[in-house]
Amino acid sequence: MNLTLKIWRQKDAKSKGKFVTYKMADVSPEMSFLEMLDALNKKLVESGGDPVAFEHDCREGICGTCGMYINGHPHGPVPAVTTCMLSMRYFSDGDTITVEPWRAKPFPVIRDLIVDRSAMDKIQVAGGYISVNTGAAPDANSILVPKKNAEEAFDAAACIGCGACVAACKNASAMLFVSARISQYALLPQGRLEAKERVRAMVEKMDELGFGNCSNTGACEAECPKQVKLVNIARLNREYYKAY
Amino acid sequence: MDKLLFSSVSKKFVMALAGLFLILFLPVHLFINFMLLKSDPQPFNEAARFMVSFPLIRIIEIVLIAAIIIHICYGIYIQIQNWMARPTRYAVSIKTKTSFFSKFMIWTGAAVFTFLIIHFFNFYFIRLGLAEGNPDDFYSVAHRLFKIPAYNYIYLVCFILLGLHLYHAIISAFQTLGLNHRFWTPVVKAFALIYAIVIPAGFAVISITIWLFR
Amino acid sequence: MVVQIENTRNMEKLNAHIPDGPLALKWTKYKASVKLVNPANKRKIDIIVVGTGVAGAAAASTLGELGYNVKTFSYHDTPRRAHSVASQGGINAAKNYRNDGDSVYRLFIDMIKGGDYRAREANVYRAAEVSNQVIDHFTALGVPFARDYGGTLNTRSFGGVQVSRTFYAKGQTGQQCLLASYASLNRQIKNGTVTMYPYREMLDLVVIDGRARGIIARNMISGEIERHSAHAVVLATGGYGTIFYLSTLAVNSNATAAWKSYKKGAFFANPSFVQIHPTSIPQMNEFQAKLTLMSESLRNDGRIWVPKEKGDKRPPNDIPENERDYYLERRYPAFGNLVPRDIASRAAKERCDAGYGVGPAGLSVYLDFRDALAKQGKKAIEEKYGNLFDMYKTITGTDPYTEPMRIYPAGHYTMGGLWVDYELMTTIPGLYAIGEANFADHGANRLGASSLMQIAADGYFILPVTINNYLAGQIKVPSIPVEGREFDEAEKSVKERLEKLVSIGGKQSATSFHKRLGKIMWDYCGMSRNEKGLLKALDLVKNLREEFWKDLRVPGSLKELNQELEKAARIADFLELADLLIADALFRKESCGAHFREEYQTADGETLRNDAEYTCVAAWEYAGEGKAPILHREELKFEEVEMKVRSYK
Repeated sequence: MNLTLKIWRQKDAKSKGKFVTYKMADVSPEMSFLEMLDALNKKLVESGGDPVAFEHDCREGICGTCGMYINGHPHGPVPAVTTCMLSMRYFSDGDTITVEPWRAKPFPVIRDLIVDRSAMDKIQVAGGYISVNTGAAPDANSILVPKKNAEEAFDAAACIGCGACVAACKNASAMLFVSARISQYALLPQGRLEAKERVRAMVEKMDELGFGNCSNTGACEAECPKQVKLVNIARLNREYYKAY
Repeated sequence: MDKLLFSSVSKKFVMALAGLFLILFLPVHLFINFMLLKSDPQPFNEAARFMVSFPLIRIIEIVLIAAIIIHICYGIYIQIQNWMARPTRYAVSIKTKTSFFSKFMIWTGAAVFTFLIIHFFNFYFIRLGLAEGNPDDFYSVAHRLFKIPAYNYIYLVCFILLGLHLYHAIISAFQTLGLNHRFWTPVVKAFALIYAIVIPAGFAVISITIWLFR
Repeated sequence: MVVQIENTRNMEKLNAHIPDGPLALKWTKYKASVKLVNPANKRKIDIIVVGTGVAGAAAASTLGELGYNVKTFSYHDTPRRAHSVASQGGINAAKNYRNDGDSVYRLFIDMIKGGDYRAREANVYRAAEVSNQVIDHFTALGVPFARDYGGTLNTRSFGGVQVSRTFYAKGQTGQQCLLASYASLNRQIKNGTVTMYPYREMLDLVVIDGRARGIIARNMISGEIERHSAHAVVLATGGYGTIFYLSTLAVNSNATAAWKSYKKGAFFANPSFVQIHPTSIPQMNEFQAKLTLMSESLRNDGRIWVPKEKGDKRPPNDIPENERDYYLERRYPAFGNLVPRDIASRAAKERCDAGYGVGPAGLSVYLDFRDALAKQGKKAIEEKYGNLFDMYKTITGTDPYTEPMRIYPAGHYTMGGLWVDYELMTTIPGLYAIGEANFADHGANRLGASSLMQIAADGYFILPVTINNYLAGQIKVPSIPVEGREFDEAEKSVKERLEKLVSIGGKQSATSFHKRLGKIMWDYCGMSRNEKGLLKALDLVKNLREEFWKDLRVPGSLKELNQELEKAARIADFLELADLLIADALFRKESCGAHFREEYQTADGETLRNDAEYTCVAAWEYAGEGKAPILHREELKFEEVEMKVRSYK
C-alpha cells in the first residue's frame, strides 16, 4: 500500500520543529509501524537524507521504550498495543498518517519523536520501592500474600512506563502511571510498611514536575498498552487520604 | 500543609466533596420548585421563607455558598494547571474514546455558573435588596420570569448543560474519593445517568409547564 | 583465509581461583575468608557499573547499600528498558516448596547436564546455592510472583527437568524482576550512593597500569565524549545475540562494551556458544527488525509438525492427520515435543532444509493446538496461554485457536561472553563481568528460567561479595583522575573511530550491513556448523567488513543525537566479533549443547561430544589488529558429576 506520512521533525530541544511530509510506497501490511519507519529511514539514509529519530528497543511490547502519537492516539489507533506491535494491516492504501511526539510539559522533545521521560524516573526515585537491603530478606514463604492481591498487584505492575497515559490525557496527568506503582506496593504486605511515605513522596514529586491533575476522563485507561485500570487511581487516592 | 491542601489529589478531593454537597442540594431545590406548579402561591412562598429563616438552613446556606466558591476556584485553578501541563498542543487532537463531556467540565461548569449569577440576581439579590422585587413573593417573581420565552430558553440550555456536568461529576467524585468497586462503580454510573437526567428534567418540566400552561 | 589458532595451554593467565574444599562448602568458605573493606574506606572508593538490567541494577544498588560510590551507565533513557525485561517464563530456585525432591544439588546437576558438561562446577553450584536467596530477595522487593490460594508461592515446571522449581509472574517474570532491581536502584539513587547516567554508551575501557580504571562514554543526546574513572569497573552489558541481526533480543543489544574490553585485554570465552530458541515467530517481511519469542511453555500442549509431502502448499487445516509428520514425537518418543531447546531447534532446521518447511519461504514449522483444544477446551488453553495467543495474533494476523502457529528457531541467548574467574573478575584486574555478559554458568546450553536466576545471583549476591577482595587492596588509591595519558589515548581513539564512521560517505545504511552480517552468521555459524562453511563465512565477513569501511553512510555529525552513528559503531564491532565467533566454532571440533558441528554427530544426527579433547573453556586473547587471537584453555574438571551422553529418546 501507499501512504503519506506527516512526521514531526525537530533537530533538538531548542530548535523549532515542523511537520515534514513523506510518501511511502509499497508498504507491506505485515510490517509493524516501526518497521515501516525503518524502511523510511533506510530510504532517507541511502538517499542522503536525515533519518527520523525515534526510540525503540525490544520490539515486542514489553520494554516501554517506543511511543509516538499516531493519528490522534498514543501508540496508534489499535487498543492495547505499543507502537512496535502496531501492525500496518490496520491502515489502508492512501491513508495519511500524522506522527507526533508525546506532548506534555514534563516531556520536552529531545529530537523528532523522542521526548525526555526522565520525569517518570524522578517520581519512582521519590519513593517507588520497598526499603530492603540485599541479604535482609526473610524466607519468601514467610510473607503470605492472598492470591487475589498478588494478581491485582501484578496487573498494576504490568505498566511498562511508556508514558502513553500522560500523552493521552487531556491534562497530561501521570496519575495512571503513579497509581500503578502505588497499587502494586499497596496490595502487598511487603509494601504496606512504607505506604504512607511512599504515596506522599510520589504524589508530591509528580505535582512538582508539572504533570496535570487527573479529571477522571479515562483516556489513560483507554490508551494504556498494558491495560492498567482506572481502579488503581482510586486506590492511589485512598492511599493518599490514609497517609494524612 | 501547602502540600496537603494543594496537591493534585487533595485539590480533587476538595472539588469532589464540594461538588457532592452541591449535588445533594439540587433535589431539595427541585422539591421546593415543584410547589410553583400549585396555583396557590402560599406553600412555595412559605417554603422559601422557611429556607431563609430557619437557623440550621442558614448555616447550610453559608456552607453551600462556600462550597460553590471553593468548587469554582479550585475548578479554575485545576483547569489552568491542566492547560499549562501541555504547552504544545497536538496537531491532531486526541481521538481517544472517553466519556465525551468529561473533557468539557470547565465549560459546562462555566455555563452553570453563568446561570447561577442570573439566578442570584433574580432571587437572592432581591432578598439582599440589591435587585428589585418583593422578597416575600418569590412565587410571582418565578412565574413572571418563566413567562419570558428568552429566559426559558436560557434556563433550559443551562439545565441540559448542568445534566452533562452532573453525569461526569458524580462518577468522577466517587473515583476521586477512592470509591471504585467492581460491583458498586457500575451502579454509581447508572445512578449518575439517572440523576443527570431526572434532576434537570424536573426543573425543565416546571419551567415549561408554567411557560406554556399557566 | 584460515585463522591461526595458537593452541597454548597457558594456565598462568587463566587461573579461575576456585576455592579449595568440598564443592558444597566452597562458597561458604570463600565468604568467610574474603577480604573486607571497612565502611569508612568504602565511601572513598568509586565503582562504575555499565548496564542496568537485572544484573547491573542489582549490583549497583547492593554496592550502594554497602556504602561504595557507584556510577551506573545505560544507553537507555531509564534502567527499566534493559532487555532483562523480556524474559518471559520464570526464574529457577531450589526452594523445594513443592516437596518434589528438589535441592541445591539437583539444580546444580540439572544445570551441568543441561549445559552439556561445558560449565565450571564450582560456579554452577554457587549459582544453585544462591538461587534461594534470590527468590527471598525478589519477594521482599515486591515482585508479584504467582501465588497459591494459601498465599504461598507457586511454581511451574520447565523444559529438561523433573521438578517444579520455576517461580513466575505470568509471562512477564523478567519485567517484574527488572522492576524490582530498578526499584532498589532508585532507592540508592535517592540515598545518593548511586549516580545514574542515562543515555550514555560505553565506547572504551580505560586501563591504567594493567588495571581497569574507567570508561569512555558517549552522551547520546549531546554527542559529547565523557571520561569517567573508578577503582573498579563492572560490565553488566548483556549478550551479543544480535550479531545474527534477527534474534529474540532487543534491537539495541550489542557487544560493544564487552568487545572493547576484549581489545583492552579481557579474554573472551566460548564465543560460539549461542542458544537458538526453537519457538519464535518466523520472519514475515524483509524489513523485520526482530523475531518475537513464543514461550517454551507452549510446547507443553502444542504439537509440532510439517507435511509429509515436500512443498505441500495446502492450508494446514486441510492436511489430514495421516499426512502430517510429527517429527519430534517420531524422533524422540520419550520427550516428544519437550526436548531441550537446542535439539528442537536443530530438528526444525533439518526438516526445513530438507524441503518440508511451511509458510511462504518454507522456513517454518507448525505448532498446533488442535488436539489440546479438543481435549481441554478453549477456556483451559486460554487460561494458560491467552496472552501468548493474543500476541501471536497481533503480530501475524492469524488466530492460533483456529489455525496452527507457524514457528521457527531464532538466536536467543549467548552462553559465551567475557571470561571470568570464580570472583567474576575478567583477566583485567579490576574489571568484572556479570550476567549474560560473562561466559558464566550455562556451559554449552542454557536451561529455561536459569538466566534470570544467574543474573540476579551475580548482581545481588556474588559480585558484591567478591569485589571486596580486590577493593581491599585499593583503599590507599585516591580517586582516579581523568586527565591522565590513558584517558587521553582512549578518548582519542574513540573519537577517531567515530569520525571515521561518519566520514566514509558511502551509500549503504548501517542496518543493511547488519542484515548481511546476520545472514552470513546464521547460515554458516548458526544452528549447525561445518568447517567448510565456517571458513567461507570468515571470507564473507572479511569482505563485508572491507565493504563496510568503504561504503557505509552515516548522516549527521558526532555532536548530536545520531542513531545511525550509534548503530554503525555497534555493527563495526560485530563485524570484528564475528571472526572470533567463527574461530571458536572452528576450534571446537566436537558437538556439544548448542554448538553443533556437522562433522561430529552420531549416526542418527545427535551431538557427539569429544570429552577427551574439549572438556575445556576456550578463552581468547586479543593479539592486535589483524592478528589471529590467542587461545587459552581452561580445563574443566568434573569431580562431582560423572560425564554422560545426553539422551532424550
